[in-house]
This record gives sequence, C-alpha cells and structure tokens, in this order.
Amino acid sequence: MPEVLTAPLTVEFPFTRSLGPVQSAFLTGLRERVVLGVRTGDGRVLVPPVEYDPVTADEIRDLVEVAPTGTVTTWAWNHEPRRGQPLDTPFAWVLVRLDGADTALLHALDAPGPDAVHTGMRVRVRWAAEREGAITDIACFESYDGEQEQPTGHSGEFADAITKIVTPARLDYRYSPGRAQTAYLRALADRRTVGERCPSCHKVYVPPRGACPTCGVATTEQVEVGPAGTVTTFCIVNIKAKNLDIEVPYVYAHIALDGAGLALHGRIGGIPYDQVRMGLRVEPVWTEGARHPDHYRPTGEPDAEYDTYKELL
Amino acid sequence: MSKEPVAVVGVGQTKHVAARRDVSIAGLVREAARAALDDAELTWADVDAVVIGKAPDFFEGVMMPELYLADALGAVGKPMLRVHTAGSVGGSTALVAANLIAGRVHGTVLTLAFEKQSESNAMWGLSLPIPFQQPLLAGAGGFFAPHVRAYMRRTGAPDHIGSLVAYKDRRNALKNPCAHLHEHDITLEKVQASPMLWDPIRYSETCPSSDGACAMVLTDRAGAARAPRPPAWMLGGAMRSEPTLFAGKDFVSPQAGKDCAADVYRQAQIADPRRDIDAVEMYVPFSWYEPMWLENLGFADEGEGWKLTESGVTELDGDLPVNMSGGVLSTNPIGASGMIRFAEAVLQVRGQAGEHQVEGARRVLGHAYGGGSQFFSMWLVGSERPGS
Repeated sequence: MPEVLTAPLTVEFPFTRSLGPVQSAFLTGLRERVVLGVRTGDGRVLVPPVEYDPVTADEIRDLVEVAPTGTVTTWAWNHEPRRGQPLDTPFAWVLVRLDGADTALLHALDAPGPDAVHTGMRVRVRWAAEREGAITDIACFESYDGEQEQPTGHSGEFADAITKIVTPARLDYRYSPGRAQTAYLRALADRRTVGERCPSCHKVYVPPRGACPTCGVATTEQVEVGPAGTVTTFCIVNIKAKNLDIEVPYVYAHIALDGAGLALHGRIGGIPYDQVRMGLRVEPVWTEGARHPDHYRPTGEPDAEYDTYKELL
Repeated sequence: MSKEPVAVVGVGQTKHVAARRDVSIAGLVREAARAALDDAELTWADVDAVVIGKAPDFFEGVMMPELYLADALGAVGKPMLRVHTAGSVGGSTALVAANLIAGRVHGTVLTLAFEKQSESNAMWGLSLPIPFQQPLLAGAGGFFAPHVRAYMRRTGAPDHIGSLVAYKDRRNALKNPCAHLHEHDITLEKVQASPMLWDPIRYSETCPSSDGACAMVLTDRAGAARAPRPPAWMLGGAMRSEPTLFAGKDFVSPQAGKDCAADVYRQAQIADPRRDIDAVEMYVPFSWYEPMWLENLGFADEGEGWKLTESGVTELDGDLPVNMSGGVLSTNPIGASGMIRFAEAVLQVRGQAGEHQVEGARRVLGHAYGGGSQFFSMWLVGSERPGS
C-alpha cells in the first residue's frame, strides 16, 4: 500500500479573556506583588479566588490577602520542560497552600532535582522582574526556611486594574488526509482528478473519503472524472479574508466535474466575475508546482441545461 | 409508561451586545441563569441537574468550559453535562434537558447556552489551515451564499426578498430589549444599499457577532403546578442529523430538516403547520434562509416560501409571524442562538414577549440548525398542557 500523506497542522490563536471583578483583582494583585484569595460563606479562603461559592453558589467578593510563603501539599517532577512552561530547566509542578489560604495553588518550583522536593516543604514566591498582571508574574516558587511573611492586609482595590488578558493558545497536530485522499492528491500531481465509486449507490465521490457517507460502505473503485465540468452554483466574494491571497472580487463556485456524484469547490477565472452563471461549462487551469488547479475557466461549450445538474445542487 | 409532560417555567437572557468586557464567561452565564431562576421564583437548591451548550471550543479557546462553570451555575454536587451540535446546539441542549424531565430522571433542570464571541474570532475558528486543502473560502457567508443562489434559481424568487427579511427582523429587534442590534434608523433602502459581501448576500442580510447567554428552567407537572407564572408546555421536540456533504444532499431544503419537523408535528398532532402553528422563531443567520426554512418546515410548498415573505405574512402583525424577537439577524451569540429561538417561542405562548408579543399565540415553533446545514433541532411549545 502506498504511503499515506501526513503534515503538521498548528492551530494557534490569541484568545482574549474578560476577567470579571475577582480575576481582575487577583491578576492586578500579582502585578503589585500581592496574592489575593476570596472568602467563602463557610469562612474558607480560596487561592486562586473564584467568583461563586462552590458550596452555596452565592456570588463572593470578599477578597483577602494571603502571604507569599506557603507549604507544598503535593508535587510531581517534570524531567523535560516543554515550550511555554514556567522554567526551561527541569522543575517540580507543585500545589502550594499559601499561609492564610485553605486551598492550594498550582505552580512551578525551582529545585536542583526531585531529591530536593518533599511534601510539607516550605516555599515562597519568586516574583518575575517584569510584571503585567498575569499568573506568570509569579516566576516560580523557591525553597524557603525563613519566617512566615505577613500579608499587608491589602483591600483588593487597585488603581489602574487590568480587566482583560490575552491568552495565546496553540495545538500541534499531525494531520493525515487518509488513504483515499492521498491517492486523490497523487493523481492531481499528474493533473488527473480521480474519485471513488460507492459499490452500493454507484455515486462517484470527488474528493473521495474512503467511504460513502450515505451507504456507510468502503469505496475502493477508482474512477477518473472531468476534466471539464459544470458550475452548479456560486457566489461572488467581495471581502478579502486574512488568510487568503486571492484578489477580490472573485467567483467561488461549486463545480460538478463530468462523471462526479457531487460538486467540488473552486475559483472561476478567465471570464469577468459578473458574467459567471449557473450551468457554465468549465475546465481546470493548472500552474506549475501547484497541488490543485489554480482555477477553472470556460470551455466555450454551450451552457449545460438546468435539468442536467439540478440534482447536483 | 407515558412520558412526563415538560413545562418551561423560567426564561432568562442577557442583553446581547458585541462585547461584554465587564464580565467573565462565568459572570455572563450566571446572569442568564439567575434571570431564569428569578422568573421561576426558584433557587439554586431547587435545580436537580444542569445541561449546558455552546459552539465549538475554538470559538473561545476554553476546553470543556462546562467544568469551570459548575460553581457559577450552582451545579456542584449535581449532574452537569454539555451538548455540542455546532450552531444548533442551543436547541439540542434544551431538548436534552427536556428529555431528562420527560424520562422522569429529574424533576427540575436548568438548561443554558452561551457564546462570548468577542473572546475569539468565529471566521478564524471556521477556517483552520488544513494541510493539502486549497484555501478558498471566506467565512460562513461564502459557504451559504451559493445555496441561496440555488434557492433563487429553483424558485424564481425575486432579488429583493432577502432585503425584506432583514428589514423586518431589524425592525422587530427594536421591540426586543435583549436584541443586540437596535438600528433605529433602519430603512429598506439602507438594507438594499449595503455592500454585497458574498453576492447574492448583502452586509445587512447577515447576522452580527454577539456576546450573550440564554437560560431556561424546565420542570414536570408538579413543578409547573408550583410555578408563579403560566408555564409553556412542550408539545413536541426532535433532532436530526445528516452528513455535511454527500451525493444527493439538498442544501436548499435538507432532508434532515424535513424529517425533524415531521417528527415534531407528529408528536404534537399538527396536521397543517401553516394553519395550526401561530408563529415561528427560526434560525436565520442570512436573511434568505427565512423563505428557505418556510418551505423546509412545511409552512409553504416548495417554491412558495418567498411569497409568504413578500406578502407580509411573516411580519410581526402578519398571519404567520417569523422571528418576532429580531432573530439571529439581530442577535448571534452562536452557541446561544438556538436556545434563544426556543426561549422566545416560550415567551410567546406564555404571553411574556412584551412589545414583540403576538396576540393570542398558543402554539409557537422554535427552530435551530448548525454545521453545514446538517444538524437540526426543533420544539413546538403551547399554552395548554398536552392531553389536557
């Protein structure tokens, strides 16, 4: 069996977060080297703070400053830090119950090795030199054998509080289009369009997916379609998308290649955009080195009758 | 054993806007949930389970947000689950909640759907750079515009129908304090003069991008008997799916939509929807979908839907008002949009729709669709308990 194509797919976006009153105070506090928790209805202090009481569901807004020193409640050694983690040398993930808090905060502990970490050890915040109102304003925790530091009794009110943060998210995938589409893409390299026929309903899928979505059976018989086809419907795109390098206006069309059981999508060129019509007969235009036809252009044949393609709309 | 009748006794919505920068996601859903509980005069303790819905995680970048929202929704120590069916999710979510009542699993369920579109970009979320594929498409409008053209060709509908729908829905929105767009100076000429984005779809014929949440309290007969205000009763509810693309798919009038409506009408013993249903809140993100869905849902024969729109039948004071609230064209927090349709249907039969109330509405359909016209969810609610 020929090798199936794969390629990296990275999905990345800078999401924004409106913080609401509690997270706004918490993150602004970190900027000012103040760690804030919130007091619940039953008198516990939660760090990091939440907006709603986990027991009563009441709105809670009683912010309480806790100390920058605390105790490790549990931990796990990270042998191989990855991109975006708090430290670039091996470190411990720790849950730290800060002095004055009833719950523990997840962060990183800078330590020479796992032998230097134990549950119950005393630690304190190592503040980042540059702080902007983010959890990374705590660079990490470090071992600490001094006295418990006392909070200043901060009210949680700040001038110039931050209300929004940007949280860039990124996912790295390995994408494979699968056997059927790999064969389709290989045929495109020879400028041939090859679909697959369903053994049950006999419709030809272009591009093929390896199975017929209607009948639920595998498709294996390869069938060459086109090269010419019929524009079944289209729109004229007048807005430029950020990720597309296509001049507007352009025609985005559904094209039923001759012999195909459904339309594929392509751009129409070689004709003014306002003269494109349903039923127009078109053929692919290839450019050197491109994987797909650059666009489709009129063949010069008479337009297809509506009845010949209306089932493909 | 027969099903337990399902009543809606509480409805809550946020004021939908482009960006709610003053609240977190938790704060946003909380507002709608609190409003629904207040409407039902219930507390968090009265709720047995929470069913929540939203659009794909990429739309906000919070994976499994339902886990973090348990505190805000009083769900600690209770069952909480999430439903996900793309744009139809608000409707599907309500139906999953309703089934928990109908199956007598729970007595009272809080159901809620939301989207904070300002925290992401839906156009980005819908156009991930899949390897080996040719990037061609510019947003959801580019996907749906060719199907609108196919509808126009199939039915001979004149060009101005899409603008009539947008003009109607934007005027209806002026009577709905929760609607996002309040275009006080809207005119038909302005709609028609707005730029063509994806010809044949104009800018003013597309939905906005909104932050908002919608919640409902669903309960059984005992809960309805305790309710302070008249309940709405579910007369029928159904979901259907089909693949995004397949040979023989009818994008103009998908089979799954027809089947879903037929199932609802069978449950509710509706012989003729045009005669037996008083008003519709349907999912119309691009204005031409009003005549398309009128046909798909059986309110008009094939090719005739646009005539109902053109003759004013779907106006607020028409014979079959459609999208009295202003619809998705005026408010679109994607994940919540389907539930808003369902909730607005409830407000109508409870007589609580305020300025956009249809006088004497007794049976109103709520409709949602999602993905590439592949997920459908609908419910019919009435002022009278079924079988009573």
